[in-house]
Amino acid sequence: MHYIEPHAHMVSRTTDDYERMALAGCEAVCEPAFWAGFDRSSPAGFFDYFSQLTEHEPKRAAKFGLKHFCWLCINSKEAEDVKLAEEVLALIPKFLNRPNVLGIGEIGLNKNSRNEMRVLEMQVELAAKFNQLILVHTPHLEDKLKGTRLILDVLKNDKRIRPERVVIDHVEEHTVQMVLDSGMWAGMTLYPETKCTPARAIDILETYGSEKIWLNSACDWGVSDPLAVPKTALEMKKRGHLAGTVEKIIFENPKKFLAQSPNFKIT
Amino acid sequence: MTRQQILDLYFLDARHKLIELAAFLDRIERADGKEDFRLKSFRAALGELTGNKKEKAKNVLLAFSDLTTEPIAKAAGKGAVGAWNGAK
Repeated sequence: MHYIEPHAHMVSRTTDDYERMALAGCEAVCEPAFWAGFDRSSPAGFFDYFSQLTEHEPKRAAKFGLKHFCWLCINSKEAEDVKLAEEVLALIPKFLNRPNVLGIGEIGLNKNSRNEMRVLEMQVELAAKFNQLILVHTPHLEDKLKGTRLILDVLKNDKRIRPERVVIDHVEEHTVQMVLDSGMWAGMTLYPETKCTPARAIDILETYGSEKIWLNSACDWGVSDPLAVPKTALEMKKRGHLAGTVEKIIFENPKKFLAQSPNFKIT
Repeated sequence: MTRQQILDLYFLDARHKLIELAAFLDRIERADGKEDFRLKSFRAALGELTGNKKEKAKNVLLAFSDLTTEPIAKAAGKGAVGAWNGAK
């Protein structure tokens, strides 16, 4: 079995996790920019973080034979401060030509506030201006349905944004249909308590099909499992899915989407 | 998969989760103090489990969701609690 981990926050994980992922068949890991668990005090904190994602983390992954790619943005949890967001977004263009950058992400909403919406629009503008792929974080729990609708409205209203170049992550049973209907890709995040369990993710695949959809662990500093994707592949096999179907979900689908970036190259 | 195969694979896990849920409600009912909006949503979601209505998982998620459509004025915090407090 081989697979791509399309969403993992490896700066929060140990080298043991890299080793376990490599042993499980991971070929490439993609790391969206996200919240550190605390608010950064200045744009300089983001400059250092973007440097970490584009310089240091690829070297750490390479020690285990893994390709490392990343996405850049200011996350929605720090988007209530619009001035900070403007200053952070001004830093991003100078990083976009780094060889492991895939696009702008994970942008989106957290509490569905007006300022978060403003910053989302600014980041969509940045992606459009520099012709970048977009990876979207949808809000947690009770805020997900409303946030997903608001995000889709912003993206669909910008005619420069091609839906096949956008992935909407963390879908669940109540949001997956509207995402797929939009022509955008859907990401299912496998978490032990929130988002999808492996069994539910496979239910969604069996219900909505295997086109424009992928699985990810979104492992970070919280309760999460960096091996969630291969464990779900095992569960698919238990449920009688053929090897080719499993391969499509955990390798071919993410490869197809990510290869729209000229920087995404795996052997 | 057939229904029999799904039962073989998932019945014990689902039974375990159902008992945990019942024990949670017993624990809540033994305790003193007031309930809040989370338990109200929880009880509404429980109602989605019985009967022949399809898409039970989706309907449970909807029972916990904010169904309004306009952005809020300002984010008061960063976290989500799992149920929408429409009364606040």
